Amino acid sequence: MLNQSGEVTRLAVKDAIGFPALTLLASMTGFGSLVHESGLPFTVALAATAGIWGLPGQLTLVELHAAGASAFFVILAVALANARFLPMVVSFVPLIRSSATHPGWMFVLVQMLSINSWAAGLRRFPAISPELRQRYYIVFASICMASGLLGTAIGFLGVGLLPRPIALGLIFLNPLFFAILLAGAQGLSASTALLIGAPLGVLFHLIAPDLDLLITGVVGGTLAFLVGKMRQDRKKYHD
Amino acid sequence: MIDVQAIDIGLVTLGAIGATYLWRGLGVLFASRINHEGAVFQWVTCVSYAMLGGLIARMIVLPIGPLTQTPLSFRIFGVIVGLAVFFLLGRRVLLAVCAGVGVFIVLVSAF
Repeated sequence: MLNQSGEVTRLAVKDAIGFPALTLLASMTGFGSLVHESGLPFTVALAATAGIWGLPGQLTLVELHAAGASAFFVILAVALANARFLPMVVSFVPLIRSSATHPGWMFVLVQMLSINSWAAGLRRFPAISPELRQRYYIVFASICMASGLLGTAIGFLGVGLLPRPIALGLIFLNPLFFAILLAGAQGLSASTALLIGAPLGVLFHLIAPDLDLLITGVVGGTLAFLVGKMRQDRKKYHD
Repeated sequence: MIDVQAIDIGLVTLGAIGATYLWRGLGVLFASRINHEGAVFQWVTCVSYAMLGGLIARMIVLPIGPLTQTPLSFRIFGVIVGLAVFFLLGRRVLLAVCAGVGVFIVLVSAF
């Protein structure tokens, strides 16, 4: 059990620099160039990265806005694309509570939570004394946020200087990164929802471009949910 | 002269940031008294995964912006290479992404 703050800080730095920082740098470079190519300002790129801090929601914002969807639907779709933060925060906050800090501080800290810091925390916390978990999280998440912002800036400012194929490759990185990340998604209902959602997303975009994501989510998600429920019930019946 | 478009995207971005923070803030409030294995949460999770699946497929098949200038076959091939590398070479995300983007860049520059 690690109980010295220096050790915990070093562990967090070591864990963050490497795969998480590199992946964020790469994916946010893709996002930055997408924002640039969509004709939106630099401040929107940085604000979206720091403020939304979740690539699916960021992509939804830029893509739907570029597609001409109305403000209401853009915001609603971003909100839905980020709904996962609710269960993530609910399961994470009890782990980083500390008697040394004001409980209200938690409302600030959760802004930096992303899939990277969530997964790293869940993996490392058993070996870190409870009072120092918040320190691990803050160090880890700050490094992630810094590389995400750096990547966004590089992508936005660099895309115009790059040869055309590489600039296109950076934009292509956005959907590809997510296709690969989600291909490794855990759980049958998650995979079912992804596989049902993919064709529906294309289909509904052709039928109703403004509402496509929302209809895809509700129709595909409900189908996947029912399939998962049927599977559970059948298992119960056989047991 | 007020730039209406800049105000528009600024407000939409702020709205999107606020809407995202709502989930995080509610998460802190609910942290001690919510069942995140309940049916509603499972359904919301399914809805977000379906939306993501749809968004990614749409960005690859029917992109908006500069990717429209690239052939569909290049984009599909890039995804296939990325996924193949991911599943065949030990599920390494960064390696798979580099392979897929690399193939896509080579195809775009060669043709």
